[in-house]
Amino acid sequence: MTTLAVVIPYWGQSILRSLGVAAAVLLPAGTAVYVYLFKMVSFMQSRLGPMEAGPYGSMQLFAEVGKFLQKEDLIPRGADRRIFKLAPIVVVATVFLVYVPIPFGPFAVFGSYDTGIFLALAVSSISVLGILMAGWSSANKYSLMGGLRAAGQLLAYELPMVLAVVGVVIQAGTLNLQGIVAAQHSEKIFGWGGIGYPYVVTQFVGLAVFLIAAQAELTQTPFDMPIAESELVAGYMTEYSGFRFLLFFIGEFAAAGAFAALASTLFLGGWALPWVSLSNHWMNVVGPLVLFTKMMLVMFVIFWVRFTYPRLREDQLQRFAWKVLIPITLANIVVTAVVKVVF
Amino acid sequence: MPKVPGLLKGLGVTFAAIVQTTKPKRLGGGAATVQYPHVKEAPPTRARGVIALREENCTVCMLCARSCPDWCIYIEGHKEKAPPRRAGGKPRTVSALDRFDIDYALCMYCGICVEVCPFDALFWSPEYEYSEPHIADLLHDKSKLGLWMETVPEAPELEVGADKKKK
Repeated sequence: MTTLAVVIPYWGQSILRSLGVAAAVLLPAGTAVYVYLFKMVSFMQSRLGPMEAGPYGSMQLFAEVGKFLQKEDLIPRGADRRIFKLAPIVVVATVFLVYVPIPFGPFAVFGSYDTGIFLALAVSSISVLGILMAGWSSANKYSLMGGLRAAGQLLAYELPMVLAVVGVVIQAGTLNLQGIVAAQHSEKIFGWGGIGYPYVVTQFVGLAVFLIAAQAELTQTPFDMPIAESELVAGYMTEYSGFRFLLFFIGEFAAAGAFAALASTLFLGGWALPWVSLSNHWMNVVGPLVLFTKMMLVMFVIFWVRFTYPRLREDQLQRFAWKVLIPITLANIVVTAVVKVVF
Repeated sequence: MPKVPGLLKGLGVTFAAIVQTTKPKRLGGGAATVQYPHVKEAPPTRARGVIALREENCTVCMLCARSCPDWCIYIEGHKEKAPPRRAGGKPRTVSALDRFDIDYALCMYCGICVEVCPFDALFWSPEYEYSEPHIADLLHDKSKLGLWMETVPEAPELEVGADKKKK
């Protein structure tokens, strides 16, 4: 914050950062909901989607939020009230925290950590606690089943996700997300420095595994057994209504944005533009837009897959994680490490 | 050429659907749906929209009410003396219809009543816009059911060589 002419006190910085995180979380999530959930899926099904609220239904999201806010906040009689009320907040809060170490520009970062990617992945796995709390406190067998399935699934896919990231970390030689962006910006692809070195060139296996694991972490089709509507009503969200359901909804799409941002930062070069110096101050303005564009690309793939494939079975899901993804990522780590040391 | 895996083919199908839906109308694109309140699709002639009643054909035989799986038809009638057909004959006894209601909140549009009616008193109409804010208003009485007769399409021409109905 030394580059700013005005000195902002610490509490002021904290407020600004909180507002910044809220904007960074809600803008991509809202855009994704409108562009992908409302429109793209409709086009896939040969319909137009919402068209009445605003031009081409662009205000539909506000109408939905208004609808959710009007609904009664129901809590089942047998529920563990405090835990039940707390669960969606835990889920949303962890998603917000994932955005903290993600850099949007040379100084446009909410908190710079030397172990940024570690923090992001560690924090994102806390959301399983919120989901388990929701499932257990609802006093509903569907919720409990959904919560347990979600716990098993999130734990199983946390591992391939972390291992997929390890390849990038080895190649960049740092856990700092800003450092990973800088490494992708400065390195050359076999001596050709035209577009920097986005790690998707060498870590495409890691990117594929990361996206598959992200899909499972988001509990989206084809890995949506925790909320499988034909088996479990809505899984751990069954008993939620109104504002608390809205929080789960925001959490789901904000998490999609968080994983998309992580994938863009780790594999696609992050906020950096290949021909612009990393310390250029304009990148504090352009960088967020660059990252946003990459996030939207990644989210397109995420939602494209989500709306194309049918649901897997629970045992297929677990087998896929433990017997396919984890060996692949381990092999990827070994190859990356060997190549890194040899060359 | 190696076989394209089904997973990729599926992605291709959904992407092709996006392209097809977003393509301008003049290039043969567009959605399969219409924006209902602004644009209306004409239902097929034989669509099962609403059941119309031709009251003068009804003989209060109750076949429709008894065959209705949902018991959504309510019929009441009484017997009346009608003047004899020929001069000096005995007065005839005819059934008069007091009440003929169909509760469309219960009706499941199976059409058994239309099939079973021996006197051509019930007809299908393709009209479908009769939703109501209050569920009780979905009980259509015989005057309302009679009004639907205007929307019943003409019966199609009989095939060549078909038996004409004998009177």
